[in-house]
Amino acid sequence: MTQPSPKQHLGDQAFRWVTALSAAMVLLIVLGICVELFRNSALSLSRFGLDFLTSQQWNPAKEQYGAASSIYGTLVSTAIALIIAVPLSVVIALFLVEVAPPRLSKVVGQGIELLAAIPSIIYGMWGLFVLAPVLSKHVQPALAKAFGSLPLFQGPPMGIGMLTAGIIIALMILPFITAVMRDVFQMVPSVVKESAYGMGATTWEVTRQVTIPYGIHGLAGAVFLGLGRAIGETMAVTFVIGNKHHISASLFAPGNTISSSLANEFTEAAEPLYRSALVELGLVLFGLTFLLQIAAQLWLRRLKKKMAVTL
Amino acid sequence: MKRRSAQQRRVVNGAVTGVSTGAAVLGIAALAWILYAVIRRGAAAINWTFFTELPTPPGMAGGGLSNALMGTLYITGVAAALGIPMGLLAGVYLSEFGQHSKLGSAVRFMSNVLMGVPSIIIGLFVYTIIVLPSGHFSGWAGGVSLAIIMLPVVARTSEDMLRLVPDSLRESALALGAPRWRTTLGVVFRAAKAGLITGIVLAVARVSGETAPLLFTALNSPYKVESLNEPTANLTVTIFNYAMSPYEDWQTLAWGASLVIMATVLLLTILSRLALREKKTWS
Repeated sequence: MTQPSPKQHLGDQAFRWVTALSAAMVLLIVLGICVELFRNSALSLSRFGLDFLTSQQWNPAKEQYGAASSIYGTLVSTAIALIIAVPLSVVIALFLVEVAPPRLSKVVGQGIELLAAIPSIIYGMWGLFVLAPVLSKHVQPALAKAFGSLPLFQGPPMGIGMLTAGIIIALMILPFITAVMRDVFQMVPSVVKESAYGMGATTWEVTRQVTIPYGIHGLAGAVFLGLGRAIGETMAVTFVIGNKHHISASLFAPGNTISSSLANEFTEAAEPLYRSALVELGLVLFGLTFLLQIAAQLWLRRLKKKMAVTL
Repeated sequence: MKRRSAQQRRVVNGAVTGVSTGAAVLGIAALAWILYAVIRRGAAAINWTFFTELPTPPGMAGGGLSNALMGTLYITGVAAALGIPMGLLAGVYLSEFGQHSKLGSAVRFMSNVLMGVPSIIIGLFVYTIIVLPSGHFSGWAGGVSLAIIMLPVVARTSEDMLRLVPDSLRESALALGAPRWRTTLGVVFRAAKAGLITGIVLAVARVSGETAPLLFTALNSPYKVESLNEPTANLTVTIFNYAMSPYEDWQTLAWGASLVIMATVLLLTILSRLALREKKTWS
């Protein structure tokens, strides 16, 4: 495009400035979030220091605040979600690209994408009133029967808790991971796949030995994307996790995550220290997602350069 | 490599095909289950009073959520009024002025990062910059937090849409002596109209179902919306509060509100996707 001439119209100067300012708002907001979260958690930061991250005590009555159970819950629920969602996404993407006839693939693909459009609070309602009773009646007793010797599957099957939260998050991040994986699978040049088919390979052999190795970096990017979404998921988790500041080995037990603690307690927190501790929880979550996002962005950018495609 | 008989390989392949088909069925079944549950329970709660009456205390029959419906409309309206123009202008900068500038690439990068920041953090941020200084929760603050969520989404999609417009069109307008701003707003915008509208509708659909950013900003209220300068009733926080309450009639209302929100968001999403697809095949 042509560079603007030095004798620019005054209106054009102004227009350019207005658009640049609007764009700069994005930077200003990210900066503002950093500054405000630090400023408003200063009290808790100075009072607890690094102990905040390692202490399990969360007792507003005694003015003791430790983030360990929230951080643990965030990591465990995210891990459960990824363990369920990543393999499922791989095989669904495989179905969409290699197995299904094009018309069916289109319909199923759009159905899976619709899962991403459903608001978080709807997942919460469904999870609490529909899924949790089914889990407590059928799934959790079966798991306890089969793997009850492991501490992971012990305790009363209440239907709400870490496992339920993980399952719901898995369902919510599934469409995002699947979409990227589908694109990655489609990116593999047909010539490469066809030469493998030509040698007599089956669909699975082509997928395992050609498609997946070819797109492995893209698949990793998809997992990053899912991870970033899972870690900050709030409303659906708040509905089903049980909201207890307690670390338990059992996946059936209620727990909490950073975002669910915020959603539950923030408006009730009247004392400055309580509020400050909750803002510090927010700061931890922001730091986690911020670093993840930057890593994912850099990863995808490098990938784009290497493969000269857009993801 | 290990040798395997043709039959063994066929069996493995068949198993994988079966598993992948099963997984796809599972995904679609989950979608159907959610839609079915919300429609069945929500439909039972929806009647005329649902849309016209104010909520009643638990146990009293005949309450509705007219205040929350209006509040959600107002808050989303404020978000759209702030987020759309700013997002469009940011998109113009990214596509027309800042393709290769440092500011452009920084904004592009940070927009993606901002889109990944959990929405509850945005709510916390707006709490610290608006609710704390003003001393009270307000619908305005709710609107601002939704606008912040919209901004990077609208900016990035409008950048993509504006870039699809061929440069020859810009050059023709400039050659006729039109200033840059008229070229952009009168010619480039018109050419990209369908795509821009689609992006905007998708962004509005997305924020209208948000709950977490409203928890610490708009809060909620059982009263009619008189002003946005006070805690403002809205559908999503109402769902949260009512669902967590022990009262069955409140839970029923929460299902009704869930159906309204879900139907609206899905309808907007599907319509704008259809429009985008038509545009793509047509150009």
